[in-house]
Amino acid sequence: MTQLPETTDRKLGLVIDLDTCVGCHACVISCKEWNTGGYGAPLADTDAYGDDPSGTFLNRVHTFEVKPENKPAMVTHFPKSCLHCEDAPCVTVCPTGASFKRSEDGIVLVHEDHCIGCGLCAWACPYGAREMDAVEKVMKKCTLCVDRIYNENIPEEDRTPSCVRTCPAGARHFGDLGDPDSDVSRLVADRGGFDLMPEQGTKPVNKYLPPRPKQQSLDEPVNLAALAEPKASGFLGWLDGALERLG
Amino acid sequence: MHPAYSVIFFTVASGAGLGLLAFMGLGAASVGAQPMPFLLTAFGLAFALTVGGLLSSTFHLGHPERAWRAFSQWRSSWLSREGVFAVVTLVIGAIFAALWTFLDLSSAILGIVTAILALITVWATGMIYAQIKAVDLWHRLLTPVCYLLFSIAGGTTLFLFLHALFTDKQEPVWELSSVAMVALLIAWVVKVFWWLGGDKAPTSTPESATGLGHLGKVRLLEKPHTGSNYLQKEMGFHIARKHAKRLRLIAIMLGAVLPILLILLAIPAPFDAFWLGLAVVSHLAGMLVERWLFFAEARHAVMTYY
Repeated sequence: MTQLPETTDRKLGLVIDLDTCVGCHACVISCKEWNTGGYGAPLADTDAYGDDPSGTFLNRVHTFEVKPENKPAMVTHFPKSCLHCEDAPCVTVCPTGASFKRSEDGIVLVHEDHCIGCGLCAWACPYGAREMDAVEKVMKKCTLCVDRIYNENIPEEDRTPSCVRTCPAGARHFGDLGDPDSDVSRLVADRGGFDLMPEQGTKPVNKYLPPRPKQQSLDEPVNLAALAEPKASGFLGWLDGALERLG
Repeated sequence: MHPAYSVIFFTVASGAGLGLLAFMGLGAASVGAQPMPFLLTAFGLAFALTVGGLLSSTFHLGHPERAWRAFSQWRSSWLSREGVFAVVTLVIGAIFAALWTFLDLSSAILGIVTAILALITVWATGMIYAQIKAVDLWHRLLTPVCYLLFSIAGGTTLFLFLHALFTDKQEPVWELSSVAMVALLIAWVVKVFWWLGGDKAPTSTPESATGLGHLGKVRLLEKPHTGSNYLQKEMGFHIARKHAKRLRLIAIMLGAVLPILLILLAIPAPFDAFWLGLAVVSHLAGMLVERWLFFAEARHAVMTYY
């Protein structure tokens, strides 16, 4: 059913901390590892060891440079996966009903046996969260690890999305963003979490936390090479100065 | 956006076919009995173009064998609505065509219903693109209007050509020729406005896409991967933009200017089907260029991340 639910009981999603992310891509790899053997068709690679490797990923880490005026540029690593939008445009455009948003927890999923591979949902998503698998010819997207979070066959600490479980920096958080008292909601409130592309009107559930302000702003970059110059003292220092003065 | 040839052919062919079917439907009320070879050819061409276009649109699907499922989500999806309307149009249009061709019954009511359904189908095709907010160029009311006007212009020009082919009247057909020329003119003038209105600043920027705009100017430092990916192949198509201005001019020349001149040339008696045939071919060639540009020029919001 491609009509969106009016409300969902919970709004499960991720909170991604752009201040903490170190850009290690561990979440990308663990996502691919889990999801290539988990829900639905595997995530294919084509020409993996050749000249033009390409593959399906549900999570990717971009790296941006932000250049404030009159200040040195800063680097921000930027993980991006499905935002499980409340007004998900990818769901309503689907002609077959393969795309749907669950009313119980708000997760956006693809019923791969019903997907005709028309690609319209990937066009409708402004975030690039959906990728057509080059081998299976069906649309793949983040499932919020729906086969982990409710899975009673794995230890309780593993019942969280693979990307969150693996992040060594603790930059990814998972929880119910519909509950104002949840850890993730409080984190968003404390740190000023924001939506990506709010102008697209998709109402994303996933939130991003901004980089914290730098502790000191450096007007002029320090000349590090000068700090490494050896400084002589005592007799050698006097000799050094005397020889300098001689020209 | 990546211009898939199957979709370009589909939208041009089914647009012209449905336009011709709509014109035949409206004509039924006024013209009455027509020679059977004319009706056979006109309806045959209309159905061949429409069905051929619809079939070609399934070629770009990953799983064409599941295409029947696409009729199910008409409540929310314009693609589904287009499929439903196309089938209903073809079924009612086939009854209308068979009654007129084989039993000489030109039902005005069935004709008008067929015409309306055909034009709604074309509107739905335009809405498939217009509904996509992530593509600024498409997300406008003028997009389905252009699809509709091009369909009417193409259908009218085709009808004029077939009319000339099957009648040996030695007098000018001013009325029909004028209708075709006006239809062509209106469609392409609106298209020029569509182009002019589309050349504006993008809705989403790297700053809004990353939410880091309050800190400064944002630019991509490193892509998420060394190779390319599906998103870049599907949404990141740049080749056309370099030649966009020239290709727009070629589209206007082939699609509008040349067909109108050829129709003018064909008006004086003897009414000549040859020139009108050329007008149809030229118009369709212009439409293919226009449709290619429609995809190739469109920028997708996701490219702000690349």
